[in-house]
Amino acid sequence: MHQGQRGTEPATITNGYAQLAADVLSRAKACGATEADIVVADGETFSVQVRVGTVDRLTKAREKRLGLRVFIGKRSATTSTSDFSQDSLERLVADTCTLARAVVEDDVSGLPDAAQMATDQPSLDLYDETVLDTETQIDWAKRGEAAAFATDPRITNSEGAEFDSSSGRVVLANSHGFVGSYKSSNFSLSVSPIATESTTGAMQRDAWYEVQRKFARLASAESIGQEAAGRAVRRLGARKVATKRVPVVFDQETAGSLLANLCGAISGYGLYKRASFLLDKLGQTIASDLMTVYDDGRMAGGFGSRPFDGEGLATRKNTIVERGVLQSYLLDTYSGRKLGLPSTGNASRSVGESPSVGPTNFYLVPGSKSAQEIIGSVKEGLYVTELIGFGINMVTGDYSKGASGFWIENGELAYPVEEITIAGNLKQMFKDIEVIGSDLVFRGRIASPTLKISELMVAGN
Amino acid sequence: MPEPVQLTKFGVTELEAQHALDRLNVRDVDYADLYFESRTSESVSMEEGIVKRAAKSVSQGVGVRATAGEKTGFAYSDELTKKDLEIAADTARYIANSPKGDSPVPVPTQRRPTRDLYPIERAKAEVATADRVALLNEIDAEARRYDPRIKNVMASFNTEYKVVAVATSDGTLVGDIQPLSRLQITCIAEDGDNRQVGSFGGGGRVGFEYYHEDNRHLGYAREAAREAILNLSAVDAPAGVMPVVLAGGWPGILLHEAIGHGLEADFNRKKTSAFSSLIGKRVASDVCTIVDDGTLPFRRGSLNMDDEGTPTSCTTLIEKGILRRYITDKLNARLMGIPLTGNGRRENYQSVVLPRMTNTFMLAGESDPQDIIRSVKKGLYAVSFGGGQVDITNGKFVFSASEAYLIEDGQITKPVKGATLIGSGPEILTKVSMVGHDLKLDNGIGTCGKDGQSVPVGVGLPTIKIDEITVGGTQR
Repeated sequence: MHQGQRGTEPATITNGYAQLAADVLSRAKACGATEADIVVADGETFSVQVRVGTVDRLTKAREKRLGLRVFIGKRSATTSTSDFSQDSLERLVADTCTLARAVVEDDVSGLPDAAQMATDQPSLDLYDETVLDTETQIDWAKRGEAAAFATDPRITNSEGAEFDSSSGRVVLANSHGFVGSYKSSNFSLSVSPIATESTTGAMQRDAWYEVQRKFARLASAESIGQEAAGRAVRRLGARKVATKRVPVVFDQETAGSLLANLCGAISGYGLYKRASFLLDKLGQTIASDLMTVYDDGRMAGGFGSRPFDGEGLATRKNTIVERGVLQSYLLDTYSGRKLGLPSTGNASRSVGESPSVGPTNFYLVPGSKSAQEIIGSVKEGLYVTELIGFGINMVTGDYSKGASGFWIENGELAYPVEEITIAGNLKQMFKDIEVIGSDLVFRGRIASPTLKISELMVAGN
Repeated sequence: MPEPVQLTKFGVTELEAQHALDRLNVRDVDYADLYFESRTSESVSMEEGIVKRAAKSVSQGVGVRATAGEKTGFAYSDELTKKDLEIAADTARYIANSPKGDSPVPVPTQRRPTRDLYPIERAKAEVATADRVALLNEIDAEARRYDPRIKNVMASFNTEYKVVAVATSDGTLVGDIQPLSRLQITCIAEDGDNRQVGSFGGGGRVGFEYYHEDNRHLGYAREAAREAILNLSAVDAPAGVMPVVLAGGWPGILLHEAIGHGLEADFNRKKTSAFSSLIGKRVASDVCTIVDDGTLPFRRGSLNMDDEGTPTSCTTLIEKGILRRYITDKLNARLMGIPLTGNGRRENYQSVVLPRMTNTFMLAGESDPQDIIRSVKKGLYAVSFGGGQVDITNGKFVFSASEAYLIEDGQITKPVKGATLIGSGPEILTKVSMVGHDLKLDNGIGTCGKDGQSVPVGVGLPTIKIDEITVGGTQR
């Protein structure tokens, strides 16, 4: 293992960016801005893709970006640039103020109150100093793919294996005098093998991946490759099934997508625009009483963790759903003011855009049953392992997606299925959650254990 | 002809570009290029009757690439100094660990694209923010005037002005100026507890005046409002296999998902596509001829040249049901020994080139669209769609209707709620039994995602009848 340490430079650069931010903020003020905030982000990324044992693509880069938001009274505009030269920043400030003067006054616009700014900035275990050399990262990808090929003779081809490492820094400052910064890193391996059925030549692809903030926590390349191979092989021989209404078990990944739909429906922006199927439901039962959901911005090492949100408010752990009752929306300052509620610390900020709302670590509290026990409880039904398409209407909750997975007969996975759809309405689906599994694993910002919905329409033949 | 784009626009001399290419010239490198890009994006958006937000972003950088056999080395930088170009070149050539090449890199000769598909002057591309604000205000008023049940209108107008230059190891230096804009409108209709959504939009590589021609923007507003109001009375969609008639235009997304991605050369070189080794074979009924055409003036998916400097072309993918061509970039055309089609595209300087579609559509057939609908006893008529997705390897694709109707005894009857349609790419076009004479291209709203990269594309379709496809509704 070749590892090294990053230099001591980062602290200096953070201070440099804080100074840069202060300069831009004072320039904005001189230009007529009554309030402003600024985000500076930089990072380096490395990525290697290996396919059938040789390097297919190797990418390396450093990048940086600065985003500025100004308020002139109740008018605001947002800009961004990758050019940090004096000239460019002067132009940026002037452009932003000109744009802000061109839009209409918006009563609730503005920075959060100064008193709300985060006062503590815990490290949250988001950053790993490990620097991997190129050969080590190529080796990880090669071993992951090789393990997939070695797992089963039916693995005949590959979309490749990819190892990525990235690290970056975010600095946020505003005209209240808030300055915050944090560093984070990510290490990931994904393997995408292809299995072929010898009799028909039909192919199936699947993939498995893992991502961690700290390199040392990554599972072995071999275990990731083996899991990917197993997933591709088990899809061979998939067929359609007849159209019928059955119980549906969602695996962790697909259950996570349902949770992501919930997250979208309780986001402040959809709510005040009246573009959500969960309008005016605070304090009401929206889901099965088995369902409790948290959003925790300060989980150590979490993929959505950060010490402060996109507006500088402290992140926290919010109870979103408790035993089926909706306890909290996800809000930033603007959408909160529109709804007459305080921000929940969920402002999410991409550099060139005004804040929006996003989850931090948003998860469904696990139950006690294993996935196998849940499948075992189904006489005839569907176990969904993949969903494709965009068939969700967030205004009505209507849900219709392409699916593949396994047909369950008498509590056993009988055969793989594909080219089917599942359809229902999310409002009802959350209420129809009958069992929640014990297998909660965080592989992204949103995580769910396996879960079972009592009945959905499966369309096939 | 477009003005030639000079490297000095990026603060780089031709000599510096030449030096960087020379650094990439090691023995095992087959091809290398530098892609310079400068982009200005602007957007204004409105909701609740007021134009609340305006944003602008500028970015500039270079992507440096070397290929050796199947390998690609890639680096990018948002700094364009001589030193940064050298570092990027050294990273890119890492994949070809070999001594200096024998033959020198030819000095790039400045060319300009042979076509000018979107002749918009810079002055015309720059539109005062106040004019954009006025455009959105008119849209809001028009949508609300359409029906009092329209309770909210969300509209956004986005423009992008991109200047690119490509310097290649095969001796060319060519640039292009690529304007792009899009107007998108979403309406929410409310009637008691019933709330529904409707969307419409359009655009292309067009100037601002395009949206005012014949009050096109107001037409978009009415369409978005109409769809939202229509959906107030929509019934649940049926579930199961049935005949489906697709209207012309945007439903061409079927072609994009079902076959277009599967015909991109990279998947076929790697033999991971359900279409691998089907060239010359029947993959569609003989009424189907499908092309990918990057040369249509002002279209969202069109380009004077692709992102490797190759002129775009019109490629016949499927001719009377027989698979003819894959779409290629330089790497895949070279490795597969097949023609270069000018489909090497990238989202930006931070992304690698991939073979991608431009404007993909089916040519008009001979059937009368009315006859097509009359031929269906019980089925679905799908007029507009949201997004679609495909699994390249097993060929299964989906796309989701946002405006659809039941067909009963040859008549269009009730509107139905959106449903996902799912099928198999290599099979679906063999089930196309009728093709209308009414080819329509979409309005310029398509964005295609692949490998995490988004690029603008177009689609088109005449009215067609698919004898059977699975419709993912909730009703038996």
